[in-house]
Amino acid sequence: MSVFFLRRILTLVATLFAASLIIFLVLDALPGNAAQMLMGADASPDAVRALTVKLGLDQPLTVRYLLWIKGMAVGDLGNSYVYGTPVAGLIAERLVLTIPLAIMSMLITVVLALSAGIYTAANHNKLGDVGVMSLTQIGIALPNFWFAILLILLFSVKLQLLSAGGFAGWDDGVWAGIRSLLLPAISLAVVQAAILARVTRSAVLEVLREDFVRTARAKGLGKREVLWHHVLRNAMIPVMTVMGLQFANLLAGTIVIENVFYLPGLGRLIFQSIANRDLIVVRNCVMLLAAMVVTVNFVVDVLYAFIDPRIKVANL
Amino acid sequence: MADTGAPLIEVKNLGVRLNTSRGPAQAVRGVSFALRRGETLGLVGESGCGKSVTALALIGLLPDSAVISGSIRLEGAELVGLPDAAYCKLRGNRISMIFQEPMTALNPMHTIGHQVAEPLRRHTGVSATEARQEAIALLDRVGLPDAAKRVDAYPHQFSGGQRQRITIAMALACQPDVLIADEPTTALDVTIQGQILDLIADLVAERGMSMILISHDLGVIAENVERMMVMYGGTVVESGTTDAVFTRMGHPYTQGLFRARPRLGARKGTRLTTIAGTVPELADLPAGCTFADRCAIVEGRCRAALPAVVDVGAAHGVRCIRTDVSMAVGGVGA
Repeated sequence: MSVFFLRRILTLVATLFAASLIIFLVLDALPGNAAQMLMGADASPDAVRALTVKLGLDQPLTVRYLLWIKGMAVGDLGNSYVYGTPVAGLIAERLVLTIPLAIMSMLITVVLALSAGIYTAANHNKLGDVGVMSLTQIGIALPNFWFAILLILLFSVKLQLLSAGGFAGWDDGVWAGIRSLLLPAISLAVVQAAILARVTRSAVLEVLREDFVRTARAKGLGKREVLWHHVLRNAMIPVMTVMGLQFANLLAGTIVIENVFYLPGLGRLIFQSIANRDLIVVRNCVMLLAAMVVTVNFVVDVLYAFIDPRIKVANL
Repeated sequence: MADTGAPLIEVKNLGVRLNTSRGPAQAVRGVSFALRRGETLGLVGESGCGKSVTALALIGLLPDSAVISGSIRLEGAELVGLPDAAYCKLRGNRISMIFQEPMTALNPMHTIGHQVAEPLRRHTGVSATEARQEAIALLDRVGLPDAAKRVDAYPHQFSGGQRQRITIAMALACQPDVLIADEPTTALDVTIQGQILDLIADLVAERGMSMILISHDLGVIAENVERMMVMYGGTVVESGTTDAVFTRMGHPYTQGLFRARPRLGARKGTRLTTIAGTVPELADLPAGCTFADRCAIVEGRCRAALPAVVDVGAAHGVRCIRTDVSMAVGGVGA
């Protein structure tokens, strides 16, 4: 087990290192001088040069890269070119929204998808299976922003139960925060749940055809017991793989839904920073996303090993 | 040997209709036999002859879409049509089964100890600790080395032969009355086959179980069971004591099967004898004798209707109307 962990952690560190290099080089290669962009086309060359020095942009590439790495290690990501405030603070402000939103949305996804997937697999080719699978087909086809607007029309405009947008923050209590993220979380969850439900169903159906399912039945276990005790754990590997991808997507790719609900999430921060050429924010945000995706994958890999005893031995 | 008491398991006119991708198929028809406590019965035939379907019908594990007719009685109690919940109380408890593929018959996610203890916990209500102790004892009995140490290991840590020993321990956990062994050694190395068959034979004798042994291997059948049934196209074409069937061989199919077995010592370059033609599709079986299309002594009336079973000796039945020819001295069977 320790060898397994060590190998996975080394891979994780190596991946992050490679990601940091690529991110740094690509953003550095972008045309245009950040100082010039910030001061406008009319600024005097002297002023631009002064700002260039102040931002440290005159230093050699390797020095700037190493300074960035060192800064990340001590938690100092530098100041935003545009706002002048620490980048770490800007990102932290967004994460208090993005991470809870991703978790809420993932929870809704998992509950909907696993119950639908297991139910349909257990009732394979029966009416319930066909009905629920048709619903998931619709779910996959729905654009989530359109579904979000329908939710706003129903819950905010018609029933007046939830606000149509904005984020209440966590200062007024956890419930107020959760309430303001509920509709966006559901909008994000529906499409994902539809996909995950189908993955779960096919994974369960595949395991149900395995010989050991018949062995378990031959021992006198009922169909339901076999499903819970023998099938689900075996079916979880493909399901968890997709769950990991979906969670990473929730952390990084929710900008459309953030815009529908006026949420100050990480996606909007990145979008605005790109528009403003606030490259130091972009660079750190992209690095953070890379780190989160790599971490999610790491967690999924470790969970594989917990679920499947064969993986530990294989030292994957 | 068999006592004269009431049969433990009695099958009468069993029929199984399966829904296959090629339409409904009568996979088994007119299968009847009775087995007393301690008796052993072999089912032999090619793939798709209905032997495994017969076994699954006995243990009630055919797909939901299968239609079963006739009667299966366990100590007089009818099993056909029994609700699944009631059947669950018998499976693994009074009727157990060993399957062909030991590599896939065990759940890779659970320890072998857990899997062997599972039927005990399900049927006998013993505590987890007792079940574990019993599992170790069972694994020890089936000859798994270091059972006490390896009880918490996972299936992938064992070889095929060891895994088959584990599935045998599982099947025997609750001291069943009837053991169905469906090709228990087919997937194993030849060197291991004998050991596993000896183990099964020892356990059957030791615990007074009745056994139904399914195999396509005539050698396995000859050495391990007292009585046998030869199946073809979903019907029993010949049945009787193993000695009688092997010495007299009444049905042209049995004779063909016997001639088709590979033999050691045959001259190099000698072609293996085969039975001409192929097994009929269960979805469209011929109206008459199912073997008619491949039979050397077929005549018109063979195709008219399924032949009745002809008694050719003490409890030796042959489903053929031409036994006068097939069993004649110097006939096709010689």
